Amino acid sequence: MRFHSRATGLPAASRTGRSGKAWLLAALLAGLVVVVPVYGLLLEAMKGSAGLWAHLFSTILPVALVDTLILLAGVGCLVALIGTTTAWMVTAYDFPGRRLLEWALLLPLAVPTYIIAYAYLDILHPIGSVQGAIRWVLGYESPRQFRLPDIRSMTGCIVLFGFVLYPYVYIPTRAMFLTQSGNLVDAARTLGVSRRAIFWHVALPMARPAVAIGVALALMETLNDVGAAEFLGVRTMTVSIYTTWITRTDLPGAAQIALALLLIVVALVGLERRARRRQRYMTDARRSRKFLATRVAPLRGMLFFAVGIMPVLLGFVAPFLYLADEAWKRYQFAGLSPRIQDEAVNTIVIATVATVVTMLLGFVVAYAARIRPGIQSTVILRLSVMGYAAPGTVVAIGVLIVLAGFDRFIDQAALDWFGVSTGLLFMGSGAAIIYALTVRFMAISAGGVEVGLSRISLSLDHASRTLGQSSAGTFRHVHLPLSKTALSAAALLVFVDCVKELPATLLLRPLNVETFATHLYGEAARGTYEEASIAALAIVAVSVLPVILLSRVGRNQARSLDEASPR
Amino acid sequence: MNSNPGDAMRMSPAPAIRLEGVGRTFGVNAALRGISLEIASGEIVSLVGHSGCGKSTLLRIIAGVETVDTGSVFLAGQVVDGSSRFVEPERRGVGFVFQDYALFPHLSICDNILFGLKSRPRREALATACDIMERVGILHLKDRFPHTLSGGEQQRVALARAIAPKPSVVLLDEPFSNLDQGMRDRVRAEMLSLLRTTGATVVIVTHDSEEALSSGDRVVLMRAGEVAQIGTPRDIYFRPESAYVAEFFCAFNTIPGFWQNGCFETAIGGFALPHAVRRADARRLYVRPQAIRISPNLGEYSGRIEERIFLGACEKVGLRVEGLEELLVAVLDEPLPDSADTVRFSIAPDSLLVF
Repeated sequence: MRFHSRATGLPAASRTGRSGKAWLLAALLAGLVVVVPVYGLLLEAMKGSAGLWAHLFSTILPVALVDTLILLAGVGCLVALIGTTTAWMVTAYDFPGRRLLEWALLLPLAVPTYIIAYAYLDILHPIGSVQGAIRWVLGYESPRQFRLPDIRSMTGCIVLFGFVLYPYVYIPTRAMFLTQSGNLVDAARTLGVSRRAIFWHVALPMARPAVAIGVALALMETLNDVGAAEFLGVRTMTVSIYTTWITRTDLPGAAQIALALLLIVVALVGLERRARRRQRYMTDARRSRKFLATRVAPLRGMLFFAVGIMPVLLGFVAPFLYLADEAWKRYQFAGLSPRIQDEAVNTIVIATVATVVTMLLGFVVAYAARIRPGIQSTVILRLSVMGYAAPGTVVAIGVLIVLAGFDRFIDQAALDWFGVSTGLLFMGSGAAIIYALTVRFMAISAGGVEVGLSRISLSLDHASRTLGQSSAGTFRHVHLPLSKTALSAAALLVFVDCVKELPATLLLRPLNVETFATHLYGEAARGTYEEASIAALAIVAVSVLPVILLSRVGRNQARSLDEASPR
Repeated sequence: MNSNPGDAMRMSPAPAIRLEGVGRTFGVNAALRGISLEIASGEIVSLVGHSGCGKSTLLRIIAGVETVDTGSVFLAGQVVDGSSRFVEPERRGVGFVFQDYALFPHLSICDNILFGLKSRPRREALATACDIMERVGILHLKDRFPHTLSGGEQQRVALARAIAPKPSVVLLDEPFSNLDQGMRDRVRAEMLSLLRTTGATVVIVTHDSEEALSSGDRVVLMRAGEVAQIGTPRDIYFRPESAYVAEFFCAFNTIPGFWQNGCFETAIGGFALPHAVRRADARRLYVRPQAIRISPNLGEYSGRIEERIFLGACEKVGLRVEGLEELLVAVLDEPLPDSADTVRFSIAPDSLLVF
C-alpha cells in the first residue's frame, strides 16, 4: 500500500549542539544502502554490449513497451473514473448505506493484483460456476455456444487492475472533497451555479491534483505487478525483466529493461510531485468547512448504493468469498499441510525481519532530519525514499547485482586468505530479500517517522532540553511516547507490504524457500489450484489490517472537521 | 525561596548574561549582526522589535537551542557558546517559557512540572513541584492534561515548569501573546511579580511596545538583527536616539523643517528646542499626539477637524492645518463638543523631538 502522507516541509533550521553530526552520518549510511542498488543497475546496464541494446530495442521493447503503455493508460482512466465517481457520491449525497460505503470502498486495497487475477481466472473460468450459471439462464448448453470474453486479455487485465487499484484515487480525492469544498461550494451556489453543475465546475477542477496523485500511485502499483499480468497473458516490461533473468539468466539484459522501466517511473513520480505541490497550494485555505451532503430520494438512493457497492463487490467481496470457500474446501480435504505451515513461518520471519530493519533505517534517516535540519539531511531523506516508486523487479535486479558482486568478492577473498569458499553468503541466506524489501518500503517507515515527528512541535524538543534532558533523553521521554501511534502504524504498513510483496521475493528468495506469495504465484503459473487459496486468503486477511487503520484515519479526519465547523 | 542560584550570583561581579558580537545567519539572511549586550543578575530585560528582527533567535541562542555563527555567549562569566566551546542547553540552567507553551501533551500538569526535576529524589521533586504549583495557583489542575486547560492556565503551567528547577536565568518568548487583551495585563503582572521573588535574571521577548515598556527594568529594541537602543523604559521612550526608536514606541506626527538661528523652522512656525534633543542634521520635527492641546479659543495655531475617532477613554482627532500636507493627529482625554469644526490648539514644547 502506498498511502503515507509525507510532511510538507521541515521545521525552521535549528542546530542543537554538535550531537547532530553523528545522526547525519548514520543517515548518510542508511541513505547509501538505498541508493547503491540503483547505481548497480546503471553499471550493469552499461556493461551490456551495444548489440544488446539494439537487440532490446528491436525485440522486447516494442511489444513490452506498447503493452505496458496501453495497460497504464487503461488502468489510469479506469481508476480515475471509479475513484472520482465513488468519492463524489459518498461526499456530496446522503443515502442509506453511505456510511458503510465510505469505508467499504477502501477494502479492495487489501487484494493484491496477483490475487485478484488468480481468483478471477477461476471464478470466470469458461466451465466455472459463474459462466455456467449465465449459460443456464440464457439457455445455452456448452461453452462452445456461449462464453464471456476471455479474461486472459489486455481488457481483462485493465478491468481487474481498475477494481483493486481505484482506492488510490478514491482516498485523496474524497479527502480533498471533504476538507476543501464546503466553502467553495457555498460560494459557487451564491454565484448561481446549480448543485449538479458544481461537480463539473467546482469540485472536479479542484480535485484534479488529488486525482493525479492517486492515478500516479495506482500506476506505480501497476508497474510493480508481475503476477497478474503474467497470469492474464499480458507481457509488460515488468514481466519481461523477470523472464529475461529467470529463463535466460541475462542480467545485463534485465538491467537494461529495468532501466527503461525506471524512466516511466520517474515520469510518474514527476507527475505525483507536481500534483502534490499544486494540492498544497490548493489546501492552503485556512478555514475549511465540512461538505454538507444532500439527501436524495429513496429510489435514487438505492441506485446510488447499488452503483457504489459494485467496486466493493467486484474488487473485494467476490474474490474474498471465493478464496474463503476454496480455502475451506481445501482445509476440509487435506488440513493444513506442513508445506503451508512452513510458508507461514517463512512469510512471517521475512516480513518481521524486514520490518525491523526498514523501521530502524527509516527512523535514522527521518530522525536525523529533525535533529539536524538542513539541506544535507533533506537530500538524504528524499534519496532514501526513492525506492517506493521503483517496481519490485527493478529493485530486485539492482540488489541482485550489488549482492552478487559482494558475494563473489567475499568468496574470492575467503578463498585467497583462508582457502575456503563461502559460496553465496548473501544471496543464499535470504539477506537479499530483506535488502530489497528495505529499499522498497523505506519510504513508508521514514515517512511514518517523519509525519509522527512533524506533529511534535520543535519547541517541545527545546523545552525538554532546557529542562535538563539530553537529546537521547528527549527521544525517550518526549518523541517516543508522542509518536508511538504513528510509528506502529508505519510498522504495520511495512509488515503488510512485505507479506504482500511478490516480485522481489520471487527473484531473490534462496532455493526452496517459499512464502505465501511465491507459492500462490507458482500454482497460478502452473495452472494448478491446490493450496494457493489458503495462502491467498491469509494474505488478504493480513492486508485488511491497514485498511481498517486507514478507515479510522478517514473517520477521525471527518470528525475533526465536524468539530471545527461552526454550529 | 531562600537559596536560589540567583542570590548567589548577585554577589559575583560577572553579569548573568553577556553577549559579545553574536551573529547568526540562516542561508543568506543575517538574523543577527554582531549583538553585544550585558544583563546584570536579577535584572528583568524586555527584548522588543518587529517580527523578524532576530529577537527570538537571540533568546534561543542564550538558551542553547540555537547556536551562534560568530561571537560568544557567556552565562555567569562562563563561555557557553563560542568558537571553542558549546554547552548543551540541558547543562546551562536556563528556564524557557515558549510562545506556544510547549507543554508535553502526553504528561499531566504535575508530570510536566516534574520533567525538569528528574535528577532530584522523587519525594523532594514532588514537594518542589507542589510548592511551585501552589504559588502559581494551579495546584487544583495537577492531574489534568494540557489540552483540557485554558490559555491562561497553560501559560501558568509553562511558567511553573520553567522555574521549578530554580534556574538562574528565565527566558520568555512572547509569553503573553496568546492570551486575550483583558487577561494579558493581569497574568503579566502576576507572572512578573512572581519572577521577581525568585531573583532570577529574566529576558522577555515581545513585539508589543507597551508590554516592553511596562515589563522590563531595561528595554532592548532590536532592528534587523542589530540593537537599535538599550535603556530604561523612560529613557527609551522620552529620549529615543533615532527616528526608528521614537516611532516604535509612539505614533508621532512629523513636520518637515530646518534649523535657522537656533530655531527649528517649520510651515507652522519656529520651535526652540531643549539642548538635549538638538541634532544638527535634523529634517523633521516630531510631535507626540498627546502634546497637542485643543481648546475652543486659546492656542497659537488653528486647524479644521477632518477626522474623529472615538476610542472610549480618549478621542483621536485629525486636524487639517494650513501649510501641512498631512493631518496632525491629536489624542484628547476630554471630549470635544460634537459641533467643533475649526479649533485652536497649542503644542507643548517639552516633549518635542527632531530627527
